[in-house]
Amino acid sequence: MEVVSDILVVLLLLSNLYLLAASRITACIQTVALQAVVLGVIALTSAAGGLTLVVVSVTLATMAVKGLVLPWLLRRAIRGADVAREVEPFVGFTTSVLVGAGLLVISVVVAEPLCSSAPADVSAMMIPTSLFTILTGLFIVVTRRKALNQALGYLVLENGVYVFGSSLAIEEPFLVELGILLDVFVAVFVMGIIIFQINREFDHIDTDKLSVLKD
Amino acid sequence: MTALASILHVVLAITLSPLLLGVINRTKAKFAGRTGQPLLQAYYDLGKLLQKGAVYSSTATWVFRAGPVVGLAATLIALAFLPLSGAPGLGAFPGDLILLVYALGLLRFMTVLAALDTGSAFEGMGASREVQFSMLAEPVLLLSLAALAICTGKAGLSDIFASLPTLDSLQWVPTALLASVALFVVLLSENARIPVDDPNTHLELTMIHEVMVLDHGGVDFGLIQYGAALKLWIFSALFVGAAMPWRIGQPVMDLLVGVGGVFLSAVFVGVVESVMARLRLIRVPQMLASAAVLALIAVIWAVR
Repeated sequence: MEVVSDILVVLLLLSNLYLLAASRITACIQTVALQAVVLGVIALTSAAGGLTLVVVSVTLATMAVKGLVLPWLLRRAIRGADVAREVEPFVGFTTSVLVGAGLLVISVVVAEPLCSSAPADVSAMMIPTSLFTILTGLFIVVTRRKALNQALGYLVLENGVYVFGSSLAIEEPFLVELGILLDVFVAVFVMGIIIFQINREFDHIDTDKLSVLKD
Repeated sequence: MTALASILHVVLAITLSPLLLGVINRTKAKFAGRTGQPLLQAYYDLGKLLQKGAVYSSTATWVFRAGPVVGLAATLIALAFLPLSGAPGLGAFPGDLILLVYALGLLRFMTVLAALDTGSAFEGMGASREVQFSMLAEPVLLLSLAALAICTGKAGLSDIFASLPTLDSLQWVPTALLASVALFVVLLSENARIPVDDPNTHLELTMIHEVMVLDHGGVDFGLIQYGAALKLWIFSALFVGAAMPWRIGQPVMDLLVGVGGVFLSAVFVGVVESVMARLRLIRVPQMLASAAVLALIAVIWAVR
């Protein structure tokens, strides 16, 4: 069982690194969708109270929203805004990958005291990887110019929080779980609309150019 | 029995390594729908080159003549410490992985020196590229071998690959997977295969390895080509050691499985070359940096 969990965690790690290295936005969206599927499988395999109907249905709903609906929304926003790649991020792609390695080391060190409280049958790297996912999401939000990539960074951040919960086997109440899902959905929905509006108003979605706006 | 397997491995590597190039070319030809050159083409080329004489420029010194010979000798030394599933290296001792990496480093150093010795600006450019990329590839190689060493708790290359499948907990599976991917990237980069360098092109702008050996001819060039084939064998064997750590238990049978794995990795290289375009030069460091991060993750995994 631990091997399955290990390989899922490796997949999650690799998807984070790919997000740091990739410039094509469609590829990034696909990776985030893949990440959502991996998250769902992690949550199903490490469910503490066994596979009850509630757990399965919440996980499937999360997978459907994050893996299908949100990527569809973002792809629609891309078509509207007509951007294909992140051209010049504030931090270059090679540097991003190296910073990612640094973030991974930091999260391994930080997660050390937490690991003793983790359940025995999940991978020992699950908690560090969840922290790494959160940090990767933050890093993407901070360093990318395009508003779409920033929305993706927010999604990655949320994925990290989700996997952190399932790695500590925290059984969140059904309503809280659904509430978080609704929050994420609404947030990305609003972001999609805002991206579309920014684009219609200014003909681009480079957020750094918006800081000089005056009325 | 294991000693017999070790000797057999060295003999097989020395005789069969040019065949790897034939297998790669055949795979690429199959993908392109061509018949392709004969499988033994590399042997014919070597035979032709060894019958020729060599021409030396009057400005070149002994360094230029020593380059191919010392390079081939360094490759043979590296081969003597190389294990292939079931067969430990001939001269295996704890810590030999550093020696293997630096024997390959000596090969590169001599090739670069010989290229610089010709005084051609063009070859200097190739040497600079070669050094730049190998500077990035060498840490990846060392890190991924270090990950396997930490995982098994052994310091010798042969011990590492021998004890990998005998470990109890399956913790080594992700480490071996990540390390084998990193080793494969190093294989592609160090052997001038496609995402980094195109071995068939003679277009000046894209060449890395080819450009350094432009002034060598005849026997010298034959030695360089043969050394390159052996180097491909060495990296394939390292990749197979991490990617296929299964044993039957009988050293000679294991060795034959390992040789099959080496040829399988040659087919794999051919597939990669067929489905990928060469990366732009400025993208190559990014690929190697990603491989370095993979190797680093493998190390972190092994430490835990």
